[in-house]
Amino acid sequence: MKINRRSFLASGLAVAAGTVAGPAKARAQSDGAEEVVLATLLDLSKCIACGACVQACREANARKYPEPVKPFPKMYPSRVKAADWSDKRHVDDRLTPYNWLYIQTASGTYDGKPFELNIPRRCLHCQNPPCANLCPWGAASKDGRGIVAIDDEICLGGSKCKDVCPWHIPERQTGVGLYLKLAPSFAGNGVMFKCDRCQDRVVAGGTPACIEACPEGVQTIGPRDEILAQARKLAEESGGFLYGDTENGGTNTFYVSPVPFDVLNQSIEKGPGRPHLAAVADPFTAEDVLARAVYAAPLAGLMAGALHLIRGATSEGKNE
Amino acid sequence: MNKRVLDIVFRLTVFALLFTGFAQMPIFARYYLADVPGFAWTADYYLNHVLHYGLAAVLLVFLGWRLPLAMRRTWNAGGILLALTWAGVVSTGLVRVMKNQPDAFFSPTFVVLVDWGHLGFVMLLGLVSLGRALAIRMKRLS
Repeated sequence: MKINRRSFLASGLAVAAGTVAGPAKARAQSDGAEEVVLATLLDLSKCIACGACVQACREANARKYPEPVKPFPKMYPSRVKAADWSDKRHVDDRLTPYNWLYIQTASGTYDGKPFELNIPRRCLHCQNPPCANLCPWGAASKDGRGIVAIDDEICLGGSKCKDVCPWHIPERQTGVGLYLKLAPSFAGNGVMFKCDRCQDRVVAGGTPACIEACPEGVQTIGPRDEILAQARKLAEESGGFLYGDTENGGTNTFYVSPVPFDVLNQSIEKGPGRPHLAAVADPFTAEDVLARAVYAAPLAGLMAGALHLIRGATSEGKNE
Repeated sequence: MNKRVLDIVFRLTVFALLFTGFAQMPIFARYYLADVPGFAWTADYYLNHVLHYGLAAVLLVFLGWRLPLAMRRTWNAGGILLALTWAGVVSTGLVRVMKNQPDAFFSPTFVVLVDWGHLGFVMLLGLVSLGRALAIRMKRLS
């Protein structure tokens, strides 16, 4: 198990803070097995857009889909609009609260040759997910298996996760969730939904439904280090391009394509529920520096306070 | 720097932390504050996040500096309650910072407890500070 200086410091402080759930790259599960961060590799040259993954996702996750209470509570101010997909559950050409995976198609010309590629799109499960880091309510979190999930019993549907996600992946359904029991007219607006990479199946030792159902073997899942090495090797051997390894500071989803992603990004339909494929910088570089300042600040203050006391005592002694 | 200036800086830091803390919730855009000219930044989650971290570092220097001085004082019940509430705010805040590190994982239940705890301790801190200020004022008047 690799523990770097940051992990060590965070672990020490967590213990100091009286917590028991220390951070770990790989943590022991209750059954004794070790939790390992898993990642997926999608070889885009293999996808034929048969839709088996989309169908499997819908079947495996149907029981998690929202069943909203109607009519929706009147919300204030009037600029707050309801998001209702409950009558459009069949939509499968974009992300919705009832469709957590869809297939995006890119066609055009690259290197003088025409291409058409199909790209299964869903949450990329970032290593340092803005949705989980910035959720003010604790509804979104990442686990030791590299899964980022939103708890539908906690989420208030404020949509901050969607705003801070570089791909705007989570989708809102109004009329469900905890906000209905609090102040539904004045705070919250439902629940945000997105791919949880079949967390329940993975926890039970299984495989995400989309991977299991794919007849072409487009997706591979495994320990992140191994899958990343595999993705790099595939890109190198095929003269292809890699997406997801550094995007947003690194994700747990790697796309390998024979066409550069900036070209693909220009060739796909983008918009609400249809994420882009542009390069994404790490949004937390300043945070990493400031986190160190936050850890060091109490010690710096304590030292200054102690020095202040000592100087005071010394000058009192001199005056006497 | 004299004591009065330090006191003002401390109060401004606490106010700015409260403001950037509440800006973590999607309320300033919903309730038109971000529409006021010059206040669009209040709906910028990343900016407020970074500001909150920076201000937290300043606050922690203040609290660390005051701790040795405070230890020498005589503590009454109100002071102890205030100190415990500060401890709650600081400890949940520190754990939140740890949680946001890329290679740290906490259970979802723990994350909820820490997030709600941070918000709860801040509310409690406001109430305790208000109660203490009122008690001191009433004592002076009597």
